Amino acid sequence: MKDDQTLGERLRESGISRRGFLKFCATTASMMALPPSMVPAIAAALETARRPSVIWLSFQECTGCTESLTRSHAPTVEGLIFDHISLDYHHTLQAASGEAAEEARRIAMEENHGNYLLIVDGSIPQKDGGVYSTIAGITNLAMLEEVAEGAAAIVAIGTCAAYGGLPHANPNPTGAASVSDIISGKPILNVSGCPPIPTVITGVLAHYLTFGTLPELDHLGRPKAFFGNSIHDRCYRRPFYERGQFAETFDDEGARKGWCLFKLGCKGPTTYNACATEKWNQHTSFPIQAGHGCIGCSEPDFWDRGGFYDALSVPTDDAGNILLGAAVAGAAAGAAVGLMNRKKQNTDTRAHEKVTVDDLNGD
Amino acid sequence: MTADAFLSFARGTGFDWALTIFVFGMLLRLFEVLSLGRKPDLSEGRGSGVQGGLKTIVTRTLPRAAVFAREPVRIINGYVFHIGFLAVLFLYEPHIELFDAKMGLSWPGLPTGIINALGVLTIFSLLLALALRLTSPVLKFLSTGSDYLAWLVTLLPVLTGYLAYNHMLLPYTAMLAVHILSVELLMVVAPFTKLTHMFSFMLARWYQGYRAGHRGVES
Repeated sequence: MKDDQTLGERLRESGISRRGFLKFCATTASMMALPPSMVPAIAAALETARRPSVIWLSFQECTGCTESLTRSHAPTVEGLIFDHISLDYHHTLQAASGEAAEEARRIAMEENHGNYLLIVDGSIPQKDGGVYSTIAGITNLAMLEEVAEGAAAIVAIGTCAAYGGLPHANPNPTGAASVSDIISGKPILNVSGCPPIPTVITGVLAHYLTFGTLPELDHLGRPKAFFGNSIHDRCYRRPFYERGQFAETFDDEGARKGWCLFKLGCKGPTTYNACATEKWNQHTSFPIQAGHGCIGCSEPDFWDRGGFYDALSVPTDDAGNILLGAAVAGAAAGAAVGLMNRKKQNTDTRAHEKVTVDDLNGD
Repeated sequence: MTADAFLSFARGTGFDWALTIFVFGMLLRLFEVLSLGRKPDLSEGRGSGVQGGLKTIVTRTLPRAAVFAREPVRIINGYVFHIGFLAVLFLYEPHIELFDAKMGLSWPGLPTGIINALGVLTIFSLLLALALRLTSPVLKFLSTGSDYLAWLVTLLPVLTGYLAYNHMLLPYTAMLAVHILSVELLMVVAPFTKLTHMFSFMLARWYQGYRAGHRGVES
């Protein structure tokens, strides 16, 4: 791949028609909730965009995010966009290894200082000086701080990088933290999800290539265009919720008829992501469509929010013993107060003084 | 604190505390009343106390013609509120799921749209109840802070439930947390206000009915 090629040149070389390219631009614009008038701007910007340098750091993670973004797409326009960035460092994907890989990172950092895009997946262990995860002898913590310093912007891919994710789950033995817990003073965008939807990352990259900035974010640092609606609000099973038709088990009549999975613990109402609209595997399906409730994987600390199979309206703790204690204590206290009242009554009765007619007549 | 953490607190620790106080408080109040006891009634009854007690539990649910004629609006509003509140509480599917999970009891619910409409009706009936209280000089004179507190903690769960379902005022996650917390507030306050009637009404009716039945008079 020639580094000075523009995206337009590269797409034409790959046999993508002008029509196909504009269709992609229009889809991206509508996906990002941009007005149709922006389509030519996107097309023009992408057409002439030079390859931005991207450094991808994988920390305390399972590689699911990389799998999602690289393997879930057959060669598509999105795939080419992804190819088009200059992925200068990604230790899972790059051919180089060991010192050569680290050298590639250092060169990319020096040559593009202040301009490269930093993508992070995985959380960063902080406990005990961050020894729980190291690459080439460097702790994740030190590497993130070093690379973030010269980055134009940071994209935290996946719930681990965005909010700590699974490693951050109680009791968090490695002191795992998110990118935004550690880095400040840089624009940080969170593409949460376990793993996140591929279209969301290509959408964000397209936005970055077009405007040179990150898109509008919600209160959790996620692009509003994709995380603006809850799964529940966009769910095709929503009418069943409204009608009060629920699957009670995973193999009952309701489950077979595709009724709402709320009672089986679906966290769709409190989960914000684009699964219900963008879907997965080239817009084929998403968990709810496959018959399993949403587990809320794009929300912070989703592992510690009660059972995946407990309905949202059900308390997360089992208060059985506390309750029994409270009942016994309440009954005992009530009886004690009652006894005291009776005792007072008896004392008062005994303390009554006999009043004679003479007393009443008085002097 | 994020909305998710807020919701986790409401569903976890918050609920545990509220339920503990609710159970402790309610049993305290009931045992306090029961352990007071009564002097044994040695009189020979003219009628059946048990019959009178059972009858009164039912008849006190119905309005008396004379009272109804005097204040029809207040009485009808009382029915609207109680039926609406109980329907919203016990016939909304996510609420039934709570009882199922905690008590192993479940029953059929109503479609969400109907619950939503009943919720609106319940909110209006509570507003009307407050208006009636404030415009009646006698009732206003008799009202204490505890009465207004009971009204407020009853209104909040219905109102916040409506706001959460309809995505109003706050994002759903936060409003759901506020809704659950408002229910917890009700649970904490209930044993120490006149809201104890949710359990004691049967007891009171039975006692009054029994006494009247024993004496052979109308209760």
